[in-house]
Amino acid sequence: MFAAFTSAYIVRREEGNWLEFDLPSILLVNTAVIILSSVSMQLAHNAAKKDNLGTLKTMLLITLVLGIAFLVGQWYGWADLVQHNIYFGGTGSNPSGSFLYVLTGVHGFHLITGLIFVLIVFLSSLKYKVHSKNMLRIQLCTVYWHFLGGLWLYLYIFLRINH
Amino acid sequence: MSSTDISINEEVHHAHEEHDHHHEQNFIEKYIFSQDHKTIAKQFLFTGIAWAFIGGFLSILFRLQLGWPEATFTFLEPILGGWIENGKLNPEFYLALVTMHGTIMVFFVLTAGLSGTFSNFLIPLQLGARDMASGFMNMLSFWIFFLSSIVLFSSLFISTGPAAGGWTVYPPLSALPEAIQGSGDGMTMWLIAMALFIVSQLLGGVNYITTIINLRTKGMSMTKMPLTIWAFFLTAILGLLAFPVLLSASLLLIFDRSFGTSFFLSDIYIAGQALTNTGGSPILFQHLFWFLGHPEVYIVIMPAMGLVSEVIATNSRKPIFGYRAMIGSLIGISVLSFVVWAHHMFVTGMNPFLGSVFMFLTLIIAVPSAVKVFNWIATLWRGNIRFTAAMMFAIGFVSLFISGGLTGIILGNSSLDIQLHDTYFVVAHFHLVMGAAAFFGMFCGVYHWFPKMFGRMMDEKLGAVHFWLTFIAVYLVFMPMHYLGIAGFPRRYYNWTGFETFNIFTDMNTFISISAILGFSAQFIFLFNFIYSIYRGRRASANPWHSNTLEWTTPALPGHGNWPGEIPAVYRWPYDYSKPGAAEDYIPQTVPFSQTASSNLPHERELE
Ligand code: HEM
Ligand SMILES: [Cu+2]
Repeated sequence: MFAAFTSAYIVRREEGNWLEFDLPSILLVNTAVIILSSVSMQLAHNAAKKDNLGTLKTMLLITLVLGIAFLVGQWYGWADLVQHNIYFGGTGSNPSGSFLYVLTGVHGFHLITGLIFVLIVFLSSLKYKVHSKNMLRIQLCTVYWHFLGGLWLYLYIFLRINH
Repeated sequence: MSSTDISINEEVHHAHEEHDHHHEQNFIEKYIFSQDHKTIAKQFLFTGIAWAFIGGFLSILFRLQLGWPEATFTFLEPILGGWIENGKLNPEFYLALVTMHGTIMVFFVLTAGLSGTFSNFLIPLQLGARDMASGFMNMLSFWIFFLSSIVLFSSLFISTGPAAGGWTVYPPLSALPEAIQGSGDGMTMWLIAMALFIVSQLLGGVNYITTIINLRTKGMSMTKMPLTIWAFFLTAILGLLAFPVLLSASLLLIFDRSFGTSFFLSDIYIAGQALTNTGGSPILFQHLFWFLGHPEVYIVIMPAMGLVSEVIATNSRKPIFGYRAMIGSLIGISVLSFVVWAHHMFVTGMNPFLGSVFMFLTLIIAVPSAVKVFNWIATLWRGNIRFTAAMMFAIGFVSLFISGGLTGIILGNSSLDIQLHDTYFVVAHFHLVMGAAAFFGMFCGVYHWFPKMFGRMMDEKLGAVHFWLTFIAVYLVFMPMHYLGIAGFPRRYYNWTGFETFNIFTDMNTFISISAILGFSAQFIFLFNFIYSIYRGRRASANPWHSNTLEWTTPALPGHGNWPGEIPAVYRWPYDYSKPGAAEDYIPQTVPFSQTASSNLPHERELE
């Protein structure tokens, strides 16, 4: 959680100066995906609270899948950028493009850590270790996941406004 | 809130029971991968002292060059090897020395060595906790710091030399290995070391904050905490907010260096060749760096302020003057420290209007700083001062903080800074206010808490000699630098004999170098005293300074878990010294008001 806190800071401070670039359209789809995953995560959390273990497992699985879908989508976003000759580095790259890569990259990195966290919770839910009396883990996980979703939303809106 | 409190009390109780039938720790658990906050504190202290001597030694090397620009240094060849060419110090190595000196002192000694030692040692002891919130994270914090130390230390020995772009590592110099040797592997290692360092700081900081919020003993409200704890608390918060920014700056720099991005690079020619990078801004790096960098200087000084407040009150036998004002000014400094960073960038071509905004904000910082100085002096005023070694260093701290703070106000004026920027005036300013003052705070802490750390006393006479030599040397070194700076003498120049104007300062530079060597030598007195006293010092009693705070209610050498029995409860603030009507001139925090009827103030009667 604290790592999340500070990373919010990292990402936020990097709002430096950038120039024009076209956002890949797939980012919008990804945004929808990550919002959905937040919903399913919340549902999983609620299910755990009510000891609804079946729903809990499905919802966690859905969250996992959506999270991976988001990452894949981001990957396509990068591919799209490359096709439009916007590179991370090397000749012809410029900071506005590089910034996009860094912001999505750093976020993606955190998302991977989030996914690992969800995976751990999912595995322990298979062993019936997540229930209303053992909420700490899923609670932290939910908070972290919402945070990542919110962070992306913020980044996306930020990029939209400033591109 | 109440529910968390209950669970914590349970946990503490639980830990206590565990403690009673605790198995004997083996050597590794006890001394190496220890999770005990006292051991970790000592580990930080030893590493910090080692770094301080290395950093100090590097500064002596470059002072030799500055003091005797015409001399040959063949005698240094055994140590420096190839960096001495024909008896001359290699100019690029000179820059590397300056860089490493700054990095080591600011980050490894005065951040990790100071906060790491005293936050770890004092937070649980002064709050009445068995240990830190997470002993494991705490251990991790030290070992990651140690790893970072190893990386930085090894960079001293690689063939292209360590980083050489200054401790602020401004690009483009630091980004382009073509520009200077030190920006090759040395810089890479610098960045790795710094990334590890930041992780260590974050782990430590999270721990300090959670411990202070959650593990205070019964009765220890936030406003009954000693000022040391307040200082550590705010320092940790500053670190948590500021260090990630440095991490992001480093990350972008790494991308620029290794992945061909141009965040900080644009339109650069090296040896007539244009680089492909376009669109970057080196100023952006400065913004990121100083957004960390300015809070960082307060991360260095605030723990020292806390230690000094405590030592001054104890040894003046008087309550600290303006306890709440002290907390308020610490908070004020913390908040302001985030909005003044651009005063390091007045000459980067920023909009003059922006410059005056930052000037205004910068000068406001002088207010809380002055409040603190005033309160320290008022505490000393008509106290029964005991000149212990710790107390002398505390008073020395106040003196240095005033001298250095005054020049800060001069530098804070953007128009004056145009003349003074990047001259020795700046060097003098920050060495007095940050370097020397924080070192004095650290010495003050070591002399004062040594008995609790090692169960023995340090030698007071040697302490006094150490103090006077250091104090005099510091002023002899840094006072003349103000004059050099006003004359426009630039910092970070390897050789100035080519400039006719500066040749008149040859003697002054020699004088400064001699004083520096004197000051450095005096530190060996401390080293001797420190090591000797660990083994042979006079045995300490549990409360040798007759102090009020909780750590002195532990046994002379507190064991694992700190208090053998139950954790004491707290009834009063920590500064009841020389209270009229009291039997003794101090009343520890653990004494309830019911036992001190003769000295209670009217509003305390209800608490009896
Ligand atoms: C009265 C409060 C202070 C004011 C107004 C002030 C102002 C300034 C200004 C304007 C500079 C930039 C000078 C230049 O580069 O041209 C500066 C540099 C510096 N100050 Fe202060 N300062 C104050 C207190 C402090 C304190 C308390 C510390 C540390 C504990 C500190 C540490 C430094 C350092 C390390 C630098 C130099 C950084 C570098 O360029 O390498 N200052 N100060
Ligand atoms: Cu500053």
